[in-house]
Amino acid sequence: MNSLTIIEQLMNGVGLGLILFMMAAGLTIVFGVMDTMNLAHGSLFMFGAYFAATAYGITDSFTLSVLISVALTMLAGAILEILLVRRLYTRTHMNQVVATFGVILICNDLVKYIWGPAPIMAATPPSLSGSVTLLDGLDYPAFRLLIIAVGIVAAIALYFMMAHTRLGMLVRAGASNRTMTQLMGIPVRKVFTIIFVLGAALAGIGGAMMGPVTAVQVGMGDSFMIPAMVVIVIGGIGSIRGAFIAALLVGIVDTAGRAFMPALIAQVASPVIAADVGPALASVLMYVLMIVVLACKPTGLFPARG
Amino acid sequence: MPGNTTKTFAWVPLLGIILLAGFPYFSEFFGLDYYTGFVMRLMILMIIVTSLNFLLGYGGMIALGHAGFIGIGSYAMVALVEAGITSVWLLWLGATAITAIGAALIGLVVLRTRGIYFLMSTLAFAEMVYYVAVSLRRYGGDDGYILSTPLTFGFGFDPMDTNTLYAVVLAAFILAFAFFNRMVDSRFGKTITGIRDNPVRMQALGYPTFKLQLQAFVIGSAVAGLGGAMMMTQNGFISPTTIHWTHSAELMVIVALGGMGYKWGAILGAGLWGVLKEFLPQLTEYWHWPMGLLVILIILFAPNGLWALVSRESATQSGGLFKFIRRQA
Repeated sequence: MNSLTIIEQLMNGVGLGLILFMMAAGLTIVFGVMDTMNLAHGSLFMFGAYFAATAYGITDSFTLSVLISVALTMLAGAILEILLVRRLYTRTHMNQVVATFGVILICNDLVKYIWGPAPIMAATPPSLSGSVTLLDGLDYPAFRLLIIAVGIVAAIALYFMMAHTRLGMLVRAGASNRTMTQLMGIPVRKVFTIIFVLGAALAGIGGAMMGPVTAVQVGMGDSFMIPAMVVIVIGGIGSIRGAFIAALLVGIVDTAGRAFMPALIAQVASPVIAADVGPALASVLMYVLMIVVLACKPTGLFPARG
Repeated sequence: MPGNTTKTFAWVPLLGIILLAGFPYFSEFFGLDYYTGFVMRLMILMIIVTSLNFLLGYGGMIALGHAGFIGIGSYAMVALVEAGITSVWLLWLGATAITAIGAALIGLVVLRTRGIYFLMSTLAFAEMVYYVAVSLRRYGGDDGYILSTPLTFGFGFDPMDTNTLYAVVLAAFILAFAFFNRMVDSRFGKTITGIRDNPVRMQALGYPTFKLQLQAFVIGSAVAGLGGAMMMTQNGFISPTTIHWTHSAELMVIVALGGMGYKWGAILGAGLWGVLKEFLPQLTEYWHWPMGLLVILIILFAPNGLWALVSRESATQSGGLFKFIRRQA
């Protein structure tokens, strides 16, 4: 375990964290402003991955395929918002969870019908399939670097939007005091739709970027959904800044756990036990992190409502 | 008033019990033996969702980790079987007790949080149980555990005989249902509902709210553990996928569909969901979307669940000020 491995794993963690951030940002805004729990956010992520994989097959241009995928995912998000989610804003969380769980069931079948039950391959564009020598002895896959770059750009763009535009101001106002914002005469319905579609766009980018790294398969978003929820809970619901920091934290903790935990345990216990317990303990780390954070700060690190 | 509806329809539960008790004879007569097992699975599911309904509907504890307790119960039973116990009664008792202890420890942590944070904490613990189960190579790890030791009921009865086990499960189902119904009407149950609606006031009135909620959480979860042990006895198999969060979500969906906070709500939901899940896959490969659509339609048109449509039972859902505030928001 030398310093190069640590740097490499750290970068993997940051990459995972940024993907989680793209999922969590949409979730946390929708939850913070509309007080709405959208389990189907993972389905938008899945659609993003499928759209991008298909578009790349047709257009043969990675940039174009990501753009097409984001546009289509935004469209899917708009349809979802107008047909269903709009009617759930004033409902209980329980209602929202159950109805959007129904959406997951429909989306998974829809994807299975269109693309088939087997995972599809999302090809890495040839120009990005090599690796880049960052340091002497550290070759890092170019595509993973792109993920990090896209994630950072998305985070900066989102920060700029939240801090310096009128829409961002409305979002922040809505997250900290929804009723008051409405009483100030803000066209809430329109803002809600825009925010939801924005969240869908981020999920779409996340899915499109994640496609070539993991298997594009039915229900792939659901496995990102729980870590993303862990992120928004650690960060404090409604807070983009909190989501960003928590996403990096969860990404790094999870990756480091998987990379180093078995070896660490092997030093104090027999290799057999380490092989059994290591991966399990690594998978559990982010939940432990969440529970520790909640034990100290019951509303997350950066609560938006204060 | 709740009392009136209970009296008018007092014959319904009785008819239900008679139908359920007669079902094995019926299915044997028509050569549908397979469905005895199916109805038994349904009854175990009903025990589990009744306990979840108590937590969600009456306790206001929106927990997304119920499958975790099913898992603790099942794996506790596995451990006890491996330790040499073969009496089903002892195994079920042990599994329930171990789940109760686990729920008490978990409850100590999760009950300090509220709302979405509570939901996520319960989910986190269920996921931990999931990963522990995956890492338990002694008990099959990822592949699950197949029960190979023959179990006994004592008195010459054989739990491997479907009809015998069916009778025991039916009795357990009736007892569990009656137990929760008595409990929600008891002083304890009313206090729990009071804490759900206004914890601050209940605390000011001198109720030890944390302790009471913990007790309710332990009772609800322990029954899920018992359900897990029963599933294990019937199927002779447990795998970690049972504990996955989607299963917890499914249980939640069942309660919400049937009617959260209604005595018969969870039973109705489990019946509907169980039957659809059994028969839809026989019709089409794409059986998820009709269920999804049904879930969405029910939530849109019957926000309090199906039982709310047919029942005049006064809603035990939290209402009043809270709903008023939501409507304004």
